[in-house]
Amino acid sequence: MTDISRLIEALKQAEQIEMEGIKVVADELELTVSPLSVLPAVKKVAPEYSVQTFEKPLVKYRGEVSPVRLGNTKAEGGTRNHSITVGGDKTMPFESENPSKPAVAFDVFDMKIPLPSPVRMHFEEVLEDPAEWAKLCVDKYGADMVTIHLISTDPGIKDTTAREAAKTVEDVLQAVKVPMIIGGSGNPDKDPEVLKKAAEAAQGERCLINSVSMNLDYKKIGSACLDNGHAVLSWTQLDINNQKTLNKHLFSIGLKKEDIIMDPTTAPLGYGLEFSFSTMERIRLAALKGDDDLQMPIASGTTNAWGAREAWMKAPEWGDWEKRGPLWEAVTAMSLWLAGCNLFMMICPTSIELFKSMVDVLSSDKKEITDDMNWIGL
Amino acid sequence: MRKKVGSLDIYKYLPKINCKKCGEKTCMAFGSQLIERKVELKDCPHLKRESLKSLEEILAPAVREVVFGELPVSIGGEEVLYRHELTYFNQTAIAIDIHDEMGKEELSKRIKFVNNFSHERIGETLTLQAIAIRNRSGDAAKFEKCVEETAKRTKKALILCSWNFEALNKALEIIGHKKPLIYAATKDTWKEVGGLAVKYNCPVAVFADNDISELKSVVNALQRMGIDDIVVDPGSRLGPCTLQLFVMLRRSAMDEDKVLNRPILGVPAAVYLQGGNGLKEAMAASLMMAKYADLIILHNIEIWALLPILTLRQNLYTDPRRPVRVEAGIKEFGSPDENSPVLLTTNFALTYYTVASDIESAKVDCYLIVLDTDGIGVEAAVAGRQLSASRVKKAIDETGIGKKVRHKKMAIPGLAARISGELEQLCGWKILIGPNDSSDIGKFIEGRWKA
Repeated sequence: MTDISRLIEALKQAEQIEMEGIKVVADELELTVSPLSVLPAVKKVAPEYSVQTFEKPLVKYRGEVSPVRLGNTKAEGGTRNHSITVGGDKTMPFESENPSKPAVAFDVFDMKIPLPSPVRMHFEEVLEDPAEWAKLCVDKYGADMVTIHLISTDPGIKDTTAREAAKTVEDVLQAVKVPMIIGGSGNPDKDPEVLKKAAEAAQGERCLINSVSMNLDYKKIGSACLDNGHAVLSWTQLDINNQKTLNKHLFSIGLKKEDIIMDPTTAPLGYGLEFSFSTMERIRLAALKGDDDLQMPIASGTTNAWGAREAWMKAPEWGDWEKRGPLWEAVTAMSLWLAGCNLFMMICPTSIELFKSMVDVLSSDKKEITDDMNWIGL
Repeated sequence: MRKKVGSLDIYKYLPKINCKKCGEKTCMAFGSQLIERKVELKDCPHLKRESLKSLEEILAPAVREVVFGELPVSIGGEEVLYRHELTYFNQTAIAIDIHDEMGKEELSKRIKFVNNFSHERIGETLTLQAIAIRNRSGDAAKFEKCVEETAKRTKKALILCSWNFEALNKALEIIGHKKPLIYAATKDTWKEVGGLAVKYNCPVAVFADNDISELKSVVNALQRMGIDDIVVDPGSRLGPCTLQLFVMLRRSAMDEDKVLNRPILGVPAAVYLQGGNGLKEAMAASLMMAKYADLIILHNIEIWALLPILTLRQNLYTDPRRPVRVEAGIKEFGSPDENSPVLLTTNFALTYYTVASDIESAKVDCYLIVLDTDGIGVEAAVAGRQLSASRVKKAIDETGIGKKVRHKKMAIPGLAARISGELEQLCGWKILIGPNDSSDIGKFIEGRWKA
């Protein structure tokens, strides 16, 4: 190869050309240099440390989430020992401070239901008595909210009457003095009547009625909430537009933002969690950006995590079930918290304790949790 | 916020000749695929150098991509703060720690564990990416020996963790050519450690404890040395600050901060080692992954803890652009005949793929009716009436399953048990209640179906 062709070859690869003391002997030499590729020679900068300033890239949001208070104390005309306020968020999680910590409600069912052993082991004695079950949650596991699920009212299960179900609600309200969530069976034909009677039985206690959806008589349930001073859970299935529509319906019957919490559906870790995660993030972002129809707290039926086979199956090849199962539920809760969720309906005391302890550490004011950052030497 | 790149911004640098050599019909189409990161610049044979440079600049991800390791691991390269805005690209790499005072047996057990770990989950093989070697002793010779031993036994990417420059130096003399990640350059050691990164052409992690200004200053100093492959560690305290630092770092990258646009390293192992346990470590790992860690170092290798962590990673990095529903209709598994079982599931993609993979692994010949439930899973669809007796009847009629089999017997998901009575009346088929979880389909067919 001649020197020239080597030069041309080299030029093709080069990013910069620096020529020094060269002599070109040629009849005619044509060098085409595109102006774009002429760069000033980069000077080698001497290594140097200069202090850089950092300003937190905080976002100023236009909107905020309304706070929803659950549980009426004596002062507010109820019999609860404390009330809990959820929501009120002003930023996305961990950008800057939000006013409320996530709240957790313990699930209680109005009849004995099959439960995986890592959950059942905590409740063996009380599975047939919802009042005792609720008491155990509060006294032993420190529950500051409980959900009573009136699943026995389903015509396909026990078809318990609305009146009997209301009696159960009264029993549980009597047994524990924490704010309460009242859930139906999920049967769209029966739930309106069951939840109406339950709302009446719990009048003045400011419970959360769980839930209304597009495919049942939401007017009947919504009005019962209004008449008896309760908040309502607006349940849709991973669809923001439906969530907006349902919320609008609820507004139109007179419920306010302060009376509504949204449940956009929780899919378990490993089985669609990402849909719930992104739906919640999108709802919260829309709320902060000013969408009036979505400026309410978000709730999660985190217990659904136990529907994942990695949670409910003993499967020894997947390691200690008594750790894996609860961790499955706790990780589901943790990730949804980071997506903006405010209220968690959970079932396993081990999961709840783990989740709550992480929340405490992460939202405490103490700046120094551990002072030894030399993890290499530990 | 970072300006969104439009296809016109790209198009003007493309050859505009629609030669189709890239596999796309037009240059315009190629441009929009570039934005979606579904094709690469090198797929276009006609790009001029200047255009290539401009395009590289325009298309550079908000977070720089860093590659390290003998079996290369890519981290960073992210474009968005929230996954629904596009997708997350490079899964959080997971490293397991070992140290230079560990007994031989334990060391070899942990290395083997990382090498061999693999878990099949819904069509994906989940693995571990790296080993982090800690210079626990603080002694350079001990570290060198441990690094040498480890490198002999694994091809997994390595992270060399030491505060001692001499230890890093010795280790790099041996394995510098394997492109390990060097941990860490600090305010005090950046010049020496940066020098090693230059000499061995290895990426380097910067550590500054809970102080982003300091972190930024060190990264800036390294940049001035000509180092581009930098990972940042703002300190992994299990406190309120860590997570906020992660969020601020990632937001800075999206705001086009050209110093802090780096992959983030989180160390859940620090949570474990500072008097925590496997449960807390797994929770810390989860929250770091959900909020932007591109690389994490774990201590606990119990499978009960790794499963949820790996599963969460799989979930977060699932491409949200992928459809949620599969086509409704009849699917055949194996070679079914007129006596084969008929099963029912929903057209929610996740449910369908789970059921399909369970049927395949059970090696059952059967028909599966995929019901259009608007892409909703079984339990929720029963509650929301997308899985109702009338819809199933409609599917039976429309799919013509009655002509494919001689029996009139169908198994529905256990979680849809409550519609069985109404369904039997409505369609006149015998309805069996299948297992609650499709992993039991094999057992169910052998037992209850045949009984």
